[in-house]
Amino acid sequence: MSNLVEVRNLRIEAKTDSGRLVEIIKGVSLDIADGEIVALIGESGSGKTTVALSLMGYARPGCRITGGEINVSGRNMAALSEKERARLRGTDIAYVPQSAAASFNPSSTVMEQVIEVTRIHKLMPPERARQRAVELFRALSLPDPEGIGARYPHQVSGGQLQRLSAAMALIGDPKLVIFDEPTTALDVTTQIDVLKAFKSVMRAGGVAGVYVSHDLAVVAQIADRIVVLKGGEVQETGTTAAILSAAQHPYTRELLAAFEPKPRQAHADADAGTKQLLRIDNVTAGYGAVRADGLPLIRAVDSVSLVVEKGRNLGVIGESGCGKSTLARVIAGIHPAAAGDIVFDGKELQRAARKRSQDQLREMQIVFQYADTALNPAKPVEDIISRPLAFYHRLDRQARSKRVDELLDMVRLPRTLRYRHPSELSGGQKQRVNFARALAAAPKLIICDEITSALDTVVASAVIELLKELQRELGLSYIFISHDLSVVEAICDEIMVMYNGERVEQITPDKVTAPTHPYSKLLFSSVPKLDPTWLDGLVRDPELVSQYGHR
Amino acid sequence: MTIARATTSRRSFLGHSYSLVGVVAALVILAWTLVAILAPYVIPHSIGDIVDDDYFGPMRQGLWLGSDYLGRDMLSRVLMGARYTVGISLAAVSIACFSGVVLGMIAAVTGGWLDTCLSRFLDAMNSIPSKLFGLVVVAAVGSSIPVLILTLAVIYIPGAYRFARALAVNINTMDFITVARVRGESTVYLIGSEILPNIIRPVLADFGLRFVFIVLLLSGLSFLGLGLQPPLADWGALVRENIGGLPFAAPAVIVPSLAIASLTISVNLLIDNLPQKIRDRDA
Repeated sequence: MSNLVEVRNLRIEAKTDSGRLVEIIKGVSLDIADGEIVALIGESGSGKTTVALSLMGYARPGCRITGGEINVSGRNMAALSEKERARLRGTDIAYVPQSAAASFNPSSTVMEQVIEVTRIHKLMPPERARQRAVELFRALSLPDPEGIGARYPHQVSGGQLQRLSAAMALIGDPKLVIFDEPTTALDVTTQIDVLKAFKSVMRAGGVAGVYVSHDLAVVAQIADRIVVLKGGEVQETGTTAAILSAAQHPYTRELLAAFEPKPRQAHADADAGTKQLLRIDNVTAGYGAVRADGLPLIRAVDSVSLVVEKGRNLGVIGESGCGKSTLARVIAGIHPAAAGDIVFDGKELQRAARKRSQDQLREMQIVFQYADTALNPAKPVEDIISRPLAFYHRLDRQARSKRVDELLDMVRLPRTLRYRHPSELSGGQKQRVNFARALAAAPKLIICDEITSALDTVVASAVIELLKELQRELGLSYIFISHDLSVVEAICDEIMVMYNGERVEQITPDKVTAPTHPYSKLLFSSVPKLDPTWLDGLVRDPELVSQYGHR
Repeated sequence: MTIARATTSRRSFLGHSYSLVGVVAALVILAWTLVAILAPYVIPHSIGDIVDDDYFGPMRQGLWLGSDYLGRDMLSRVLMGARYTVGISLAAVSIACFSGVVLGMIAAVTGGWLDTCLSRFLDAMNSIPSKLFGLVVVAAVGSSIPVLILTLAVIYIPGAYRFARALAVNINTMDFITVARVRGESTVYLIGSEILPNIIRPVLADFGLRFVFIVLLLSGLSFLGLGLQPPLADWGALVRENIGGLPFAAPAVIVPSLAIASLTISVNLLIDNLPQKIRDRDA
């Protein structure tokens, strides 16, 4: 057998509540040579994680491997007993999960957890394992390789934790490592460090890898070959360069197209952009005890001012923890500001939402990042969308029902969806319902807090297109909060860059190539490009990285 | 493997799946409820009449469940006892769960000093042993059906409150609650329409469990002579007054015990096997 992994005609079935069998993987075949990194990409629900997990002979609860062969270094994982599989996991095949934070045990040190694999499989004495772990920490360019092992998971950053979980996977000297969207939850500036570390370690050790992701640009940096999945079937396979330059399958082209959103056309009606809709002046807000000067101990938002004009959009961009979400909550009145003024539509607004009038509340709507928690799981879509209609507009039952149909049409959802519960919708559908509820209030301003971050590329770009269309039809303004520059660029007239609670720069999208503030430079240069050589060719000013990066 | 277990012994009907155990338990509860309602019309003898020459008489024609320690008809007394046991417990558990759950949700949504005061007060209530509390109340105001209902309800409010509050606090942190707050919704809407639908299942399970506790506590109080006063008797009282029949294996002591067991076990089985709505994304 020439290849390390040979998957032939893999079939996996899942069983629904009513006992119906659904084939979720429909005859997938793929090969991975020694030392090769293969990326599995596709939208959510395409079966990429299911295929990756099956390489360990694992099927998630309710699923069953029903056919095909999964040969990993000559052994058919599908046919082995659970005990034999357990022996291979950690030694031959290792796994790096999406959320490292959730995969570490908070009550024991990082080192204990990294060397646990060697203890379980009795690979080497603990002393030797510790030395090996420190070598790996160094190879993964973790700061303080000797000391970091003694810390607890909450004492290291998200990017470091993700690299530590890679160390955990590599310590057993596996032949194959499965990466399950390891950088999706990280900031772009951190993502680069993690990707670089992964790439150098994998290359040095000659370890083969499977990299599951929905981000084509990330995959382009690390993978030798790309396998595109959709609906449990392989759509296209090819070398990274071939897929990026000459994609054959329509779905792959769609993925590529979604990555580069159409630039926003210049505003047609010039007179619309003259009136101020929202102005905030020197707003400060934060958490913790209030000090003598009336300001909170920890300032998440520090004297930020901004202006949103009618019919135009403001983008707020920055890494996690920079205070952009707090800013959204301050404007909406969920988290009352400690100081500063908020003027909306010519009138001074109260800082706390419960002191604002019903009309003021109606005219400013906020849409949250996680549609899963923003929609009441116990209610059908119909009830969710019609509540603002009943509450603000006092519509009767018939008028509400008619309006719900219109709103569902507006967000491009089939009308029959109104009877479903949120749990029965896909991520993109949920976010559309979430948005329809905000539209139901007939607002003037919608604050979008990272609304596309939980969605995959194709769906996110469709949602952005929808937002633009609705803006043209309804004359809305958006405040668009995101950590994703390409998304903000696509929809906003002005972009405000935040760092550490402060506004560092405000620029227009046509000038993102030439930011003036050093942090903006670092941030914008860290966005991955669809060029396989981008990561290797990337040179970052070390002074900038040490000043603003979180390593 | 979990799938295989879920599909055995479950039947589906009207979009819900039922387990056989749950159906049987529901039938037992339904039967006792009917007995409680219809008892006065079906009992063969008045509960106070002495109809047997012997005490602790055996089961025989005319006296289907034998006679008690005074020679009264046991069948009549058990049937009428169902009325008091089921009726008092149901009334008490309804009051306890309704007040507890409403207070718990209000405390979770409002927070602040209201939450602190309510929680500490009810924690203090919770720390009083239940039988002792019942003893003091009955000693102070005497035993009557309304007093029993209120006493039992008060004893179980803190538990229901704690349970509902713990559930509601979790729901309260969700974004959809924030959305509703920013919309300007009132507390009544928040607890009734946003929180309650998400906690109703565990609350119902808790309701069933608390019903069982109350049946047992009522029986316990009656056993101590603090419950219903003669000649009325609930099942607990029936066990107590006939405890002397134990050496003779008299049905008078066994039958009310079986009645208590059948009701409490059935309620438990039912809440463990409530019908499940079948959710199937593609169907």
